Amino acid sequence: MKSFRNVRWICAALLCAIFLAGIFAGGITHYSYATQFRERPNAAPSVSHLLGTDGLGRDLFARVLYGTRVSLLLAPAAALLSTFIAGFFGALAGLAGGWCEKCILAAADLGMALPLLFVLMALRAVLPLDVDPMLSLVATFTLLGLLGWASSLRVVWAATQSLRNSDFVLLARATGCPPSRILLRHVLPNLRPVLFAQFWISIPVYVLAEATLSMLGLGVTEPLPSWGNLLRGLEDFSLVAANPWRIFPLLLLILAVTSFQLILPSQEEIA
Amino acid sequence: MRRSLRSFLLCAPLIFAPMALGQSGGQLHFCIHGEPKTFNPVLVDDEASENIRYLTGGVLIRLNRQTQALEPALAASWEISRDRRSITFHLRKGVLFSDGTPFTSDDVAYTMKLLMDPQTHSPTGDAFRASEGSVEAKQLSADAVTITFPAPVTGLDRLFDQVAILSAHSPKKEMAVLGPFFVSEYKPGSYVHLQKNPNYWKRDAQGHALPYLDSIQLDIQRNRDIELVRFRRGELQLINRLDAEQFERLRKDSPALTRNAGTGLDAEELWFNQSASAPLPEAKKAWFRTTEFRKAISMAINRDDLCRIVYEGYAKPAYGPVSPANQFWFNSSLQAPKYDPQNALAVVTRAGFRYEKDVLKDSSGNRVEFTLVTNSGNAAREKMTAMIQQDLSRIGIKVNVVTLDFPSLIERMTRTFDYDACLLGLVNTDLDPDSQMTVWLSSGEDHQWNPSQKTPATAWEAEIDKLMREQAGAPTEKERKAKFDRVQQIAAEQQPFIYLINKDVLSAVSSSVIGASPVVLNPQAFWNIEALRMGPAADLGAQK
Repeated sequence: MKSFRNVRWICAALLCAIFLAGIFAGGITHYSYATQFRERPNAAPSVSHLLGTDGLGRDLFARVLYGTRVSLLLAPAAALLSTFIAGFFGALAGLAGGWCEKCILAAADLGMALPLLFVLMALRAVLPLDVDPMLSLVATFTLLGLLGWASSLRVVWAATQSLRNSDFVLLARATGCPPSRILLRHVLPNLRPVLFAQFWISIPVYVLAEATLSMLGLGVTEPLPSWGNLLRGLEDFSLVAANPWRIFPLLLLILAVTSFQLILPSQEEIA
Repeated sequence: MRRSLRSFLLCAPLIFAPMALGQSGGQLHFCIHGEPKTFNPVLVDDEASENIRYLTGGVLIRLNRQTQALEPALAASWEISRDRRSITFHLRKGVLFSDGTPFTSDDVAYTMKLLMDPQTHSPTGDAFRASEGSVEAKQLSADAVTITFPAPVTGLDRLFDQVAILSAHSPKKEMAVLGPFFVSEYKPGSYVHLQKNPNYWKRDAQGHALPYLDSIQLDIQRNRDIELVRFRRGELQLINRLDAEQFERLRKDSPALTRNAGTGLDAEELWFNQSASAPLPEAKKAWFRTTEFRKAISMAINRDDLCRIVYEGYAKPAYGPVSPANQFWFNSSLQAPKYDPQNALAVVTRAGFRYEKDVLKDSSGNRVEFTLVTNSGNAAREKMTAMIQQDLSRIGIKVNVVTLDFPSLIERMTRTFDYDACLLGLVNTDLDPDSQMTVWLSSGEDHQWNPSQKTPATAWEAEIDKLMREQAGAPTEKERKAKFDRVQQIAAEQQPFIYLINKDVLSAVSSSVIGASPVVLNPQAFWNIEALRMGPAADLGAQK
């Protein structure tokens, strides 16, 4: 148990380090994420470029740091938004039952059945083009958060259903506890592990979703970096084989996601 | 023994000569990059079908892809009337279709009738429709036919390079061909198999029947990476039109297998939206209509860097609407584009713009900033936009880059006109400027910077309109060229399209294929399919 706690501390420290590196990117590297050193495209790691350069000669280390800022701040925000929506409506559907449950589940099914890619493409088509890149970025992640709740809701709803018939909820009902109190004080705290899991799982999904969206012009636009558009560079396997240092953003993503998973409290600890 | 050895040594060159030259027969295996929509040559409208038409169709006149000159094919000779309304073909005698039916003037008349029938909706036929009215095919004899059009047709003989003659009498018309191969098998989504036409009319210099190959297997493969992997494994012997990155990778491993035919006809270009109905602020419209502004943008873009970084050096800075690869129509007096940000600033300053604290402002104090759109999923264009963004920041211009899916982009370009500037490519398959009529006429739908104008918005557009119409009606190619040279000159002066680069035509050919010499015109790597032959089987495929 003690060793697991140590691992958790290490993971927390790693995540803090990644977050801080992203936030203080300007202090860590003197390169801009946008400056193109055109005489050095696809350069190997060196003292002047710690992770080498990308195809346009931009310092990859600077791009990873600034990309961390974008992805690690906005993807959790989007994950939080979608988990909040899924948690609230999933718990409500599971607890209330009847027409309320049917309506919420139907909405979730509709949400899952919608071809999101086409919805987003249609949305991009009607958006004005001269939107500030930062605003476009925030809008993208908000949109992901608003549209990505449906599958989490199903999980939360299933967990709530099992709680609805549990002894402590029955006892609360028997003592005349109002439904809002049952939801907030008895059901939601017990849904915490499910919600945490949904939240952590959503983060890498949103990081990757952003990469897909940037192909549609909805995500992070040039020259702003994000983990998503840095990962797009890995699509070409032979290019990665020739420039193996390009894999660093992927390693960072794996590290961050694993750390997110490992700092989750276990079921036993919650109990 | 001694005598027989001497005889053998004397005869050895004769015995081994065919082996050194390569063997007749064998199968060539390569990919087409989409499903052929039709095998009917008059209905061809896609690249895959066009490739199959090239391999199977017999034409009256063939454009030699290497010399870019017209050569007699099924027509031994031809004459065009002075009014350019009719053309008379004198056909080769004794030619047979692949199914054995004889080729006569009946077949030419039948093909032209089908081609020009409005019910057929033939894209090839559209090129001949200069005006309303019917086309008449008059058979002078079994081997002579005159085709008369209702109005003069520019570059009339050249258009027949695309007209594959159909059989008027064969029971299976689409399967009876006059080209070097015929379609023997087609498995949708998988492959098209072509067999040698035993009745093909053409012979080599030694009198041997052409083509040398027995068959061609065309695999339908959209994924270019898989195609390259299969080529490396030796499963394919040819790749037509490789992208620069793939080509460079292959060149590093197996330089002998890569072929660069030189600068191609395709260009990448940038233009500003000058449409009167565009929902843009008046200040932006004013910038985009200013010639000096467009010239400054052109001067501030480092084309050499685009070629070197985005295309790995397999591209050349573009001069104008016609690539130097178009040997006859290219205006060689045009000045090469020059990267000069200092001069760019001087030019915009003369036009009333101000450069203050690294920011370019117009005479009203508005910051010069625009959005550059391009289609998503095109890595090369996305790289180019990022590079243009940095180049223009050096003269104080802020560029926002937006990538859009193609339908949304086309919607904005052709209907709503809600965009500032666009970066796209121009695919040029035809050498003749007549094919660019809708681009250059101010009333044209493809006049992208300001399409479908009722009257020309500027004096220079009016001059281009006049020159394009005059070149179409000019009696000689020399006069046409003089007029189109002037169009290219105006385009270079006014920069309505800022031409960026012309891509090289890159292909890969296995060492087992003998006689391949890729060219810049379609179909680049197998334009001389009749003359291709396979080497010894041991050499088949690439080495890696």
